[in-house]
Amino acid sequence: MQESTIEWRGPGFTRIPYGVYSGPALAQQEQERIFRGATWNYLCLEAELPEDGSFRTTFAGETPVVVVKDDDGEIYAFENRCAHRGALLALEKSGKVENFQCVYHAWSYNRQGDLVGVAFEKGVKGQGGMPASFCKEEHGPRKLMVARYCGLVFGSFSEDVPPLEEYLGDEICQRIERVLHKPVEVIGRFTQALPNNWKLYVENVKDSYHASLLHLFFTTFELNRLSQKGGVIVDESGGHHVSYSMIDPAAADSSYREQGLRSDDAQYRLKDPSVLAGFQEFDDGVTLQILSVFPGFVLQQIQNCLAVRQVLPKGEGRSELNWTYIGYADDTPEQRTVRLNQLNLVGPAGFISMEDGAVGGFVQRGIAGARELEAVVEMGGEATGSSEGRATETSVRGFWKAWRHHMGA
Amino acid sequence: MVDVLAICAFHAAYAHAIDSDELERWPSFFTERCHYRITHVENEREKLPAGIVYADSRAMLEDRIAALREANIYERHRYRHLLGMPLVESADGGGAVARTPFMVSRIMHSGETGLFATGEYRDRFVLQGNRLLLAERVVVCDSTVTDTLLALPL
Repeated sequence: MQESTIEWRGPGFTRIPYGVYSGPALAQQEQERIFRGATWNYLCLEAELPEDGSFRTTFAGETPVVVVKDDDGEIYAFENRCAHRGALLALEKSGKVENFQCVYHAWSYNRQGDLVGVAFEKGVKGQGGMPASFCKEEHGPRKLMVARYCGLVFGSFSEDVPPLEEYLGDEICQRIERVLHKPVEVIGRFTQALPNNWKLYVENVKDSYHASLLHLFFTTFELNRLSQKGGVIVDESGGHHVSYSMIDPAAADSSYREQGLRSDDAQYRLKDPSVLAGFQEFDDGVTLQILSVFPGFVLQQIQNCLAVRQVLPKGEGRSELNWTYIGYADDTPEQRTVRLNQLNLVGPAGFISMEDGAVGGFVQRGIAGARELEAVVEMGGEATGSSEGRATETSVRGFWKAWRHHMGA
Repeated sequence: MVDVLAICAFHAAYAHAIDSDELERWPSFFTERCHYRITHVENEREKLPAGIVYADSRAMLEDRIAALREANIYERHRYRHLLGMPLVESADGGGAVARTPFMVSRIMHSGETGLFATGEYRDRFVLQGNRLLLAERVVVCDSTVTDTLLALPL
């Protein structure tokens, strides 16, 4: 494969060459070194595989993957690709199966991804058939290692990846456990097609600096201000992060007004505030927690609005964002209604999130013809560590630290 | 008796309000307590209740328009609704239940037109005085994918 020729100037992570957001060679390297490399890819929720034989189709990067629960209670994942000619094995997004059979030539696989049947293996009436040397055990789709944590199912193609909990680290594990401490139920799924490279969306998730500047809704209703109590956690690898804050009316200050920011508009009020009405369900006072796991997983708690997001590359300048909205299995009807109302904040039409769907495209279009130039990611200094303030790009730099580590760049 | 022609006339006025940027009139097509939700066929099939827009009052619809005008950042664009013939499931002197297919193209400020959404309105109308109003509109999109963002209502 042709090596990409991105030049990283300087030793740190404060300058991002615009060339990293395009180019087919780089996109292919990312598939091999990141998505099929020593990382854990989010695959689905355990709650989405309720019975023996339940399966979902998903992706690790661009590679199609089947995730399935076998009757030993274990979850298996393998490439959604027949070992014969490469056709998809599972065509539906989800379902329940005894085994998988390729529609093309009827080769069949068990729920663990082993090739167990070849149509006309011995030929027909003594003619044709596979050679005697053909060994089914040696043929099959590539399998992923599967690890589960708090109801999340992750998969990895690499044997070099550390165990999932070690990969995540203590602080990230604690923050996942904080939200996913009891069984969840899916309450809706939506996909957003993004007109930009996948990394621009991941950077946006990690960018606590933009949140209350781009999103007036956040700021005006004091859902998230940089002046609120909170912080950013970045793990040792740089690749995972948590940004959190607490609504505290007593802490309202004038820092936004002093900056004359568009996003602070005291005239603007809701006629029906039920979109913001919530209930306290976390006793630590944290009302917003956005958590990401390298390369493309996000767990979100915005008040009572819970969701997981999966960021998938779709070619160099496109990506897809899969939203899975969740509630707890033991929600009361009233609690469920609160979540449904608060979901207006997020997703493709979200009062907050709709802007995140577009802003990556603004960058993608803005950097055309500027491959030799670079972004400035210096807010909060050069470090990639945790930070008490959120006017920082520390976790964006952390992402690039992890990316460069995996890419060998 | 609410008839198919009355529903067609309602749809024409509703689509016109959105497509001609008279968004402030959009909530007036609904009753004060109402249900408006945008979802897609897969969520409906699995009976998953969440929407990408979810409102249970006219005031929430008014807030959405205010947010679009005052708060949200999105590139200027408009829609063109093309509505099919309503399939009236029941109708009487008080209202009607109907489903109506739609196609909505999005015209960007840069000049491109693209098919943005197709699907079906699942409606429950009530007659208030001599005005037909939506007590419920579930917008069931055929595709599970939304391109970039959904700002204007469907």
